[in-house]
Amino acid sequence: MKRVFPAAFVLAGALAAQPLDPAKLLQPPTDSWPTYNGDYTGRRYSPLKQINQSNVNTLNLAWTRRFTAGGGRGGGGPVSIKATPLEVNGILYFATPDNAWAVDAHSGRELWHYTWETKGGIHIGNRGFGMYGDWLYFETPDCYLISLDARTGKMRWNHQIADVKQEYFCTPAPLVIKNHILIGVGGDSLDLPGYLESRDPETGEVQWRWNSTPRPGEPGSETWPSKVSMQHGGGMTWLSGTYDPQLNLYYLGTGNPNPVHAAQSRTGDNLYTCSIVALNPDTGKIAWYYQVSPHDTHDWDNVETPILIDGQFNGQPRKLLAQAARNGYFVLLDRTDGQNLLTAPFVETLNWAKGLDAKGRPVSNPAKEPKTDGVLVSPNSSGVANWFAPTFNPDTGLFYTHATESYAVYWLTDTEQTPEGYGGRDQSVWSQNLLQAIDYKTGKIVWSHRYPNQGGGRSGLLSTAGGLLFGGDPTSNVFAMDPANGKILWHAGLQSSVSNGPITFEMDGRQYLVVGAGDSLYAFTLPR
Amino acid sequence: MLRVLQRRFGVVAAFLCTASLTPFAEAQLISRPVPPADAVDRGRNQFVVQCGGCHGSNARGDDNGPDLVRSEIVLDDEQGSLLGPMIRKGRPNEGMPAFDLPDAQIQDLAAFLRERTQAAINRNAYPLQDLLTGDAKAGQAYFNGAGRCNSCHSPTGDLAGLATRFQAAQLQTRFLYPRGGRGGGPNRAEAKPTTATVTPRTGPAVSGTLEFMDDFTVGVRDADGYYRSFPRDSVKLDVQDPLAGHAQLLRQYTDKNMHDVLAYLVTLK
Repeated sequence: MKRVFPAAFVLAGALAAQPLDPAKLLQPPTDSWPTYNGDYTGRRYSPLKQINQSNVNTLNLAWTRRFTAGGGRGGGGPVSIKATPLEVNGILYFATPDNAWAVDAHSGRELWHYTWETKGGIHIGNRGFGMYGDWLYFETPDCYLISLDARTGKMRWNHQIADVKQEYFCTPAPLVIKNHILIGVGGDSLDLPGYLESRDPETGEVQWRWNSTPRPGEPGSETWPSKVSMQHGGGMTWLSGTYDPQLNLYYLGTGNPNPVHAAQSRTGDNLYTCSIVALNPDTGKIAWYYQVSPHDTHDWDNVETPILIDGQFNGQPRKLLAQAARNGYFVLLDRTDGQNLLTAPFVETLNWAKGLDAKGRPVSNPAKEPKTDGVLVSPNSSGVANWFAPTFNPDTGLFYTHATESYAVYWLTDTEQTPEGYGGRDQSVWSQNLLQAIDYKTGKIVWSHRYPNQGGGRSGLLSTAGGLLFGGDPTSNVFAMDPANGKILWHAGLQSSVSNGPITFEMDGRQYLVVGAGDSLYAFTLPR
Repeated sequence: MLRVLQRRFGVVAAFLCTASLTPFAEAQLISRPVPPADAVDRGRNQFVVQCGGCHGSNARGDDNGPDLVRSEIVLDDEQGSLLGPMIRKGRPNEGMPAFDLPDAQIQDLAAFLRERTQAAINRNAYPLQDLLTGDAKAGQAYFNGAGRCNSCHSPTGDLAGLATRFQAAQLQTRFLYPRGGRGGGPNRAEAKPTTATVTPRTGPAVSGTLEFMDDFTVGVRDADGYYRSFPRDSVKLDVQDPLAGHAQLLRQYTDKNMHDVLAYLVTLK
């Protein structure tokens, strides 16, 4: 059962959507925010500067709207907006598990609301849409890829992309590259193999599949002890990556190996889990990889956005890729070949690695792998960074990310030769949230904002040419900081913490800032 | 343990160091119906006798037969819909004979296997084991020595009978940080509150329990029960966190220290 709420038809006629110009995906975001990260670089940097340091303290609320789930689990209940909305031709598109909306960006008025009748799956969140012309794409918790007509919210087709009964569940925002819809999957509960697929935008049929754990005999299989360990090896693909059109490479961070905490059945590095991989989006062939957490045992998915930077390194212009990883290390790579240029911790509490190897990879300390009587490890399984979007500002040369200092006890609970499920547990005992500004050339922390209160989430971040860094704090404030030093220049209290990544766009000569916080969207702009 | 006063004008260090909620703490891990316990029991007994020889008594597999807990057929099955035909037909080429079982027994076997898969999925219920590996005497020495725990706590005072109130697993995370734990949980109980003294630019200082603080506002409840809030940028603020020593020790403990202190604390009955 799928249905579109009746209001859709009335409003859709008055405010018809228009096709997305594919050229927008190749440009820094100005009058649109056409993909999860705004553009392919993952920088979440806008060249807009109508809102700037001189006037941000006059920023006003333009509108706010609350959204209620219309189907699936908890139908009619509250939602948590983790999706980064797309903004195309004055219309915002976003999704939550089993639900999707189009909203007039001028007013917040709902244009249509699509609901999907779920077959199950973990309903933890949805990161939003991909868009190709008039067609929208999103994934459901029970792992269907749904294509909607952006004009009406009517479903064009759906395809099952993973089996929810095997304990897959799906959250990522599909990414559109040329005529490829890249979709990923998630699920650590029962030791499944991860993969990334490219689907045809017209039909939804599979164009290619890349397996994040190798098959016997393939490159990378030497890093696993057995066929069974690879078959149950994990490496989920649950966050959108980034793309370099000149190199024609798609950069993706992969999830942790399985079983998560009990590693006795998967000795070795466990490629291509916890890695950054470069894939040809036309074929799915891997060009290079760099493993940020070899043989992870702490649930530190390495999916955090690999941001593309064109900048200087050691006095030379380079095509770079930077990631603040869940394991607590900042890595800088040459994105043409994956060569490591820099690895540095971006919090002070890490205690799980013995050092770095010749390739700059953290070397896991076996003494800090889960044990039956527990080990005290920093960070906890949520990691120092996570899916919350970082941002890079080319004006300051700084990479900004929310980060958490934390400690957890990790226990091994399954001591069999062939453990199943997670095979262990962890419990966080203490944590402290920070916002870190990292010099990409050195990995050094240039400034750090330590929040005085925890208990809330870590939001995504946004940079603008207006000299502003936007984000949400762990309580319920949206803020703008001076990106040079972290000074807070503006804030507003919301109903709950910012739960997605802020976006900005220009519409009818005015710059807007839109954030999601819990079940509501908030739009801010300057007074006329 | 160590008592640390954190004082700055306008900027205050952390005071509520609760654990961040992990994403899955809020997600339902088991999304399919839990099979009836009596069917699971019947299925287990039958499985051990008829299937355990090849697949192991816990269905994890053996040299003679594959793991069934993570089997695609088992996971896609609905009350014997796939298992029934497969069991009755067997897999002769792979050495599995056919078993002509009635529907009721097939459903019981399916219930047992579903229970096994759900036990593997439900990681929050995995039993912990062997927590008490430490040396209690060494733990006592750390308590009174390097840890300086005795500067705030006494085994015959506030900690008397501690081990009668908490299980070892609770105690392990609770002594590390009393307000911590996934989503707060039981560890929040009995944790001493953080207190603060707020001194406005004009008017008397206000002291009390710190109820709220972000970068912009601080709120305290005074001894008479009144809540008072102030803008952070116009007050002097002294925060006293009685648990700051616990947070500091997290950077200091070795795993041996942690195990030894736990072994000592469980003797406080």
